[in-house]
Amino acid sequence: MKLFFHLGRYFLLLARVFSKPEKFSIYFRQIIYEINSLGTGSLGLIAIISVFMGGVITIQSAYNFTSPFIPLYAVGLGTRESIVLEFSPTIISLILAGKVGSNIASEIGTMRISEQIDALEIMGINSASYLILPKVIGAMFINPFLIIISMFLGIFGGYLMGVVSGACTSYEYIYGIQSFFIPFNVYYSLTKTVIFAFIITSVSAYHGYYTAGGALEVGQASTKSVVYNSILILVANLIITQIMLV
Amino acid sequence: MIELQNITKSFGDRNVVENVSFKFYEGKTNLVIGESGSGKTTLLKVMVGLHQPNSGAVLYDGRDFTALAEKEKQGVRKEIGMLFQGGALFDSMTLEQNVRFPLDMFTELTEAEKIDRVNFCLEKVKLVDKNALYPSELSGGMKKRAALARAISNSPNYLFCDEPNSGLDPKTSIVIDELIHDITAEFNITTVIITHDMNSVMEIGENVMFIHKGQNWWTGTKDEILKTNNKELYDFVFASQFIKKIYSEKS
Repeated sequence: MKLFFHLGRYFLLLARVFSKPEKFSIYFRQIIYEINSLGTGSLGLIAIISVFMGGVITIQSAYNFTSPFIPLYAVGLGTRESIVLEFSPTIISLILAGKVGSNIASEIGTMRISEQIDALEIMGINSASYLILPKVIGAMFINPFLIIISMFLGIFGGYLMGVVSGACTSYEYIYGIQSFFIPFNVYYSLTKTVIFAFIITSVSAYHGYYTAGGALEVGQASTKSVVYNSILILVANLIITQIMLV
Repeated sequence: MIELQNITKSFGDRNVVENVSFKFYEGKTNLVIGESGSGKTTLLKVMVGLHQPNSGAVLYDGRDFTALAEKEKQGVRKEIGMLFQGGALFDSMTLEQNVRFPLDMFTELTEAEKIDRVNFCLEKVKLVDKNALYPSELSGGMKKRAALARAISNSPNYLFCDEPNSGLDPKTSIVIDELIHDITAEFNITTVIITHDMNSVMEIGENVMFIHKGQNWWTGTKDEILKTNNKELYDFVFASQFIKKIYSEKS
């Protein structure tokens, strides 16, 4: 019963979020602010994780490809496929669910308990739309760019570690990442990213928006948002993969 | 004028506000007083539409607010300014941006007109030199004054103040009270103040409703309060032995 209550309330909130804005120019300004806040603010973390994970994937691939029948360029090929298909869109989205999701839930939750949302409502502003819509649009716009950057940096990190550790040569790695490239995989990956961005922002905002109580409840809302985001991302990942790749 | 007609609001089977009727007049500081938990804040939330009453009506100059659809309510709300207990200033905005926000949202004023209006409002609350500060950089009294500036920036017809003196020292409380009183009189606003601060009542209580157990228990002016025979109101007003002593010595 509780599940249906939350589902119903979530979709009612979404209906309010996607209603006509009071003033487009203000919303546009907010969207630009959110793109900067959600995107640029996460770039450093994503860059570091991507380079290191790319390096680890390359070393692990080389470690497992011990058969003389497997050419060494398969290391580059394997790294590219792992990063493009799964690491960048899914794992980075899970990391963003932790960083951005908890930030959104605690920000909106604090606004709720300090009556800032009530203040918006009393001014005659649709608080759900004003607070949540720019975040949803901002993340759905900027996250694909973040993921593309993550893909490049991951593959670059793999190249660095491959060559430095001697797992493969520079030529083999570059040949590998150029071999058997299927452009649809990038499309699949970015489609996932956009859907994950919607989940991260809307689910976190939902938990923040309906926070009641004090600082303790804001913390709980933040934690819940990360947990539910992670589960929903994994479920959505499975469904999208089944639909698009099978 | 705002008129309450037989407002009842319950949570579960508990009536928090029960059959309350009252008139709040324009150009006057109308006070709703009562003990903590007596239903004052619930009544305020019903008046501004944050709670839907179980029965009764709230009339804004004859318009039945409770019967309006959510979209139409937003139209009436644009005529409302509200000073929240904690200020409820937007943390991510400077003081100037906070005061300017309703103007950006709902008016077609030019940039120069908006700046003039913001400066006028900040001047009224004596914070014009603090316009670049964020709420976290302001003291409690400054936050209340800033919130008041934001509440009046869009020239509201109705002003609601929820415990405007809570957490303030007596001197700052008087400053806030006088500000609210002066703004009400100058712009002929219908002002409703929720408070349990007796100093406020004696300073600016032109039209007072005493709520007890969710009901309209007593109505009158600040001068009539001290002569009341109503036992619950008497106990509320003279809860402090200090005030009781001063008043008995005076009289």
